[in-house]
Amino acid sequence: MASRPYPWLNPALTVGGLAPLLMLAVQGPRGDLGPNAIEAALNQTGLFALVLLLASLACTPLRLVFKWTWPARVRRTLGLLAFTYALSHFLVYAVLDQGLALGAILEDIGKRPFITVGFTALVLLVPLAVTSTNRWVRRLGFPRWQRLHRMAYVAAVLGVVHFLWRVKADLTEPLIYAAVLALLFAIRAGEAIRKRRARAAVAARNAA
Amino acid sequence: MSDKPPAEPPSSEVTPETLYLRRREFLKNAGLFAGTAAAMAGGLYLLGRKQTRPMDAFVPDAGLVELPVAKAHGPYDTDEARTPYEDVTTYNNFYEFGFDKNDPARHAHTLRPRPWTVAIDGEVHKPQTVDIDQLTSWFPLEERVYRMRCVEAWSMVIPWLGFPLGELLKRVEPTSHAKYVTFTTLLDPERMPGQRRGTLDWPYVEGLRLDEAMHPLTLMAVGLYGRQLPNQNGAPLRLVVPWKYGFKGIKSIVRISLTREQPFTTWSLAAPDEYGFYANVNPAVSHPRWSQASERRIGELERRPTLPFNGYAEQVAHLYAGLDLRRNY
Repeated sequence: MASRPYPWLNPALTVGGLAPLLMLAVQGPRGDLGPNAIEAALNQTGLFALVLLLASLACTPLRLVFKWTWPARVRRTLGLLAFTYALSHFLVYAVLDQGLALGAILEDIGKRPFITVGFTALVLLVPLAVTSTNRWVRRLGFPRWQRLHRMAYVAAVLGVVHFLWRVKADLTEPLIYAAVLALLFAIRAGEAIRKRRARAAVAARNAA
Repeated sequence: MSDKPPAEPPSSEVTPETLYLRRREFLKNAGLFAGTAAAMAGGLYLLGRKQTRPMDAFVPDAGLVELPVAKAHGPYDTDEARTPYEDVTTYNNFYEFGFDKNDPARHAHTLRPRPWTVAIDGEVHKPQTVDIDQLTSWFPLEERVYRMRCVEAWSMVIPWLGFPLGELLKRVEPTSHAKYVTFTTLLDPERMPGQRRGTLDWPYVEGLRLDEAMHPLTLMAVGLYGRQLPNQNGAPLRLVVPWKYGFKGIKSIVRISLTREQPFTTWSLAAPDEYGFYANVNPAVSHPRWSQASERRIGELERRPTLPFNGYAEQVAHLYAGLDLRRNY
């Protein structure tokens, strides 16, 4: 009987990926996050949302470049972890930082570009999280599902812009993530061009 | 000793081969599960540790001399709860030592605040360069418990120790041309490693209008909580202007210059639409990226409303009569 390869992989990533969130929930109330615990929790959840989203977007490029197949198995887990952190990031902001002051939150989302793009990224991730199940892939049909899930790239761009526009002076860290995203995008774009050329070559041969 | 081999267990107790193999696979998978989970959590921890790493290795007041307090409980003191010493000394913006809030506490040991001289020059009748301890000895030290409001929308209550800047300026006798006071931080990338990076245009420069500088609230601080300033708080000499955003409070000052023209100040050069020359605390004028209407007092969960001029309007609002504070932010 052939069992599913790497049965431990996704559970392990889920547990390891959620551990820092649990740590924050324990450290925060205990006063272990420093003088401004809310700021620390905001920064940490936001950073992890972006990192995990980039990691999920790296799965296909890793297959293209190194011919690895295992990253495709963890893409959904990484994407859902990214969504979990993005949602936690928003909840820390709305509940703990702003105390659910709706007026202030709406003003932030409407008037402050860095919050507008961050919030848009979260909103874009919602349909992707909802349609992450196999049932939804079948219901939408794979090509449509795939087109929908390319929105993850839009969300990642907005996430990087959100980071870039937030920092005061030192752009180094957000620029590193911008460079990673650009690299992933370049690999995908290169592959798309290669495929199109291959198709065109086949078409030309068939026509001749 | 018996030659007899040990009795075999009954066949009913022998693990079936398939189960034996599954057990091995289970153990292998359990190991891989634990390793992968730990690697994932560890990787995230390494990426995020800057924000949450503890400060327990830090001893805040090692070697800081207690200072004599000549005056305390003055009319300007707030009776709000003081921000704990540990928070005041481990949550700092001092980009000369790094960008994270606890970087200055970690890295400012390279500063060496003694020996230290301060040059006082420009439009004054008595320009001079003076040793920090001599300068401090000219004035009785006062404790002033002030609110400190950072432009990033957090605040503290800090018992500073120092003397009014106005007293120092009177001593060096400004000329009739003096209109502004320009302050400069030390420029020394050896002692301030953050200056090796071109994030800001070093050295840090700040300025005040002469009437702001002469206002009795404006303090030259040499200590806090009864002791010398820790390096990360701007040792050995810093400016405290409680009705302005914290970035006006220039640290580790080496030069005080009286000028005819308004100086170009560091943050207003780096981002002119975000940081103005005046930088008076004003809940009605938002920073372009966040609201200034409220603030988080360090140590408190709920935000509190920000007060015009950080609660010092009664003392200083008259300085800005007729000035459009929306434009002159």
